[in-house]
Amino acid sequence: MAGPLEGVRVLELAHERTAFAGKLLADAGADVRLLEPPDGCAQRRHAPFAGDHPDPERNLSFWHYNTSKRGITLDVETPRGRELAGALIGLVDVVLEGEDPGWLTAIGVDATAELARNPALVWVSITPFGRSGARAHDPATDLTLLASGGPVWSCGYDDHSAPPVRGGGNQAYHTGAHFAVMALLVALIERQRSGRGQLVDVNIHAACNVTTEFATYEWLVAHGTVQRQTGRHASLARTPPTQARCADGRYANTGVPPRTPEQFRRLRQWLVDLGLVEEFPEIFLLDMGMERDHIDWSSVGKDEELTAIVAAGRDAIVLIAARLPAVDFFRQAQERGIPVGVIYAPEEVLDDPHFRARGFPVDVEHPELGRTVTYPGAPYRFTGTPWRLSRRAPRLGEHNAAVYGELGLTSADLVALRAQRIV
Amino acid sequence: MPVAERPIATTCAEQGSSRGALGHVRICDFSGQLAGAGATKFLAAFGAQVIRIEDPVRQGRWDILRGAPPFPDERRGINLGGGFNNHNTEKLGITLNLRRPRGRELLERLVRICDVVAENFAAGVMERLGFGYERLRELQPDVIYVSNSGFGATGPYRRFKTWGPIVQAVSGLTFTSGLPDREPAGWGYSYMDHTGGYYMAIAILMALYHRARTGEGQWVDMACTEAGATLNGPAILDFTVNGHPMRRPGSPHSNRHEWPPMAPHGIYPALGDDAWIAIACRDDVDWRALAGVIDRPFTREARFADLAGRLAAQDELDAALVGWTGEHDEHAAARALVAAGVPAAAVARPEDRIERDPNTAEWGLWPEVEHRMMGRVRVDGLPVHLSRTDWSIARGAPCLGEHNERVFCELLGLGRDELDALRADGVI
Repeated sequence: MAGPLEGVRVLELAHERTAFAGKLLADAGADVRLLEPPDGCAQRRHAPFAGDHPDPERNLSFWHYNTSKRGITLDVETPRGRELAGALIGLVDVVLEGEDPGWLTAIGVDATAELARNPALVWVSITPFGRSGARAHDPATDLTLLASGGPVWSCGYDDHSAPPVRGGGNQAYHTGAHFAVMALLVALIERQRSGRGQLVDVNIHAACNVTTEFATYEWLVAHGTVQRQTGRHASLARTPPTQARCADGRYANTGVPPRTPEQFRRLRQWLVDLGLVEEFPEIFLLDMGMERDHIDWSSVGKDEELTAIVAAGRDAIVLIAARLPAVDFFRQAQERGIPVGVIYAPEEVLDDPHFRARGFPVDVEHPELGRTVTYPGAPYRFTGTPWRLSRRAPRLGEHNAAVYGELGLTSADLVALRAQRIV
Repeated sequence: MPVAERPIATTCAEQGSSRGALGHVRICDFSGQLAGAGATKFLAAFGAQVIRIEDPVRQGRWDILRGAPPFPDERRGINLGGGFNNHNTEKLGITLNLRRPRGRELLERLVRICDVVAENFAAGVMERLGFGYERLRELQPDVIYVSNSGFGATGPYRRFKTWGPIVQAVSGLTFTSGLPDREPAGWGYSYMDHTGGYYMAIAILMALYHRARTGEGQWVDMACTEAGATLNGPAILDFTVNGHPMRRPGSPHSNRHEWPPMAPHGIYPALGDDAWIAIACRDDVDWRALAGVIDRPFTREARFADLAGRLAAQDELDAALVGWTGEHDEHAAARALVAAGVPAAAVARPEDRIERDPNTAEWGLWPEVEHRMMGRVRVDGLPVHLSRTDWSIARGAPCLGEHNERVFCELLGLGRDELDALRADGVI
């Protein structure tokens, strides 16, 4: 069975800002042709490398972000390269690019002109601040976009002498990529009816701005400014901690403390089952929680008894967490209907029995290594049109013959182009 | 103001003649909170007819944002939650009591005329309601059913419950946000509720694209924790290939940048209370430009001249840089560095980026909607513009049951008297 985007052809001009969007399309079955300069794109050149050995064919970021794509090379800054780029664009439904605004036009590959020549084309630009405007040419990285766009203000520690924190993993680029894919799918669906393409302008900074939850709408609605806190929602006023250190030194998110009689009953029983009653003299407060109909959250801090009950619920969870390894705390709590979460490092997720049972870790053949490599798997399970890592990332120019063959170029033509460093 | 080449939806001529790019799509929407509501908000902005179904008995309180702060004024109530309004613009809202046979029958009629059924209940809830995928498919053979839960519909944790912070914890994202020798900082908001919604929207759109080609519907089982676990790919490969775990002394240090290595790279204190500036020197060109702007003795030290040297002495470099940033206003310093070509940004407070950033203003990122009870309120817009069929966000979130008449009478053909009877019987 093929993926949901079978038959969609995409030309991606390799860039750190497009890579994830291209992967989402390729893993869904689109034929994504990744176009790199003849000496390879910048993402091949930095760590991490397989075996820690610098080699553009062994770059782990490149591997991750370019699964299921085909790879071609072209120097688009040469006259012949420009001409071939135009021909390659003529073969596809979608162009995906992340170049600084104006650069492609300057070298003669202009979106407006290409859309005029190819009325059904969908051209997607993913840029830091959009294709035009006052900040369009400001230099930016994932860090500065997350700082300027809002997420950083909300993340960090209770201790405000420590800097606010940028969440790791290039999430600004991921958020830009998510919106790029959503928007280009809208354009493709509209094209199924109208037959016409269009220009999709994706602004990563704006994407960060609308991915900050309360911080934005507290301001929009009530002109409130949230303040960062350790491991939990930034808030107008301090809220109680929701992170606890477990017996193995790992942390867990302790969720929302109990607020219904049933939740207090479950928590109490858990203390009993673990033999911790003697160590928790406040257990009578859990009993009182079981006698209350429902905890009125807005009375916490005003009603003394109720405040003590809520605090006891939280303290009981923290006590239990301190006595159990983080994973056991998580599973036992959830099995008792108390939602908490273990704080896994990324590599620990793949080892968890739930993720293994669902087939989340995916082994991909790397023939050159004579082994498979385990990748993170599907973000969604299409039951009719499976998501699939169809192949490892392409080697440099691996699919030149096949793709340029569609343009009628022969292997002799490619040898000549190679000699001129055009492919 | 929007720039000329980027028509925004409200002024786009083509928009007036149709209902937008997704005007042919109708969605039966059980989703709520943010992880679900965010997905259908995006689709509604492009013209999809999204019909939110809420429980009249509980007054829609399954979605805790319905009556939660912030409120635009002193008024409180289930129709006045600021977050709910933000996430449910351009949707229709109806009430339906699925405990009643008549309520279930009306839902069946609604499913028959919908393209998509979307929900983000805990796994198994739709089955228990009697509207699992098999039943939905009986009602509408090519239905697209997208379920978005914390751990998905299968596997040992399928009954476990989550919300954003728990998803982030389990999927590795909380861990990767933090400074050395401290506990995880995590995310000060539900990043994975936003992002789970994005994946849910992508899933719906991909399934719609496929259905238009083949006539085939399908079920998409989304687990938010899996979606989150895809967002640290290089770190995972560094472990599966090289055996390097992220959990090791000194790691993570997420204000720094390892891949590619950059230095200086961090968030530094500026002049003033809780004022910070982010600076990233991508290469030696950026470093020389930064040195030209700040012009302190340390910027002329030979050991900092190349990247290897700066990486080797990153702690000292950061300490020296703080000597400069700490004496400057973060906005002025960022402007000076950006003018010299160095990526830099003040850590923006909400007010900075909403009221004073030319980029969000030019983009039209904070559209004002009309809400029946709140009046005019600004909301999150979309960070994309389509040149021909752009989005439009003008109508606020529906009040509870606001569109009962429109949906039950105009779409399902019930009479006004029937509607009154349903109301009297507690069905809607």
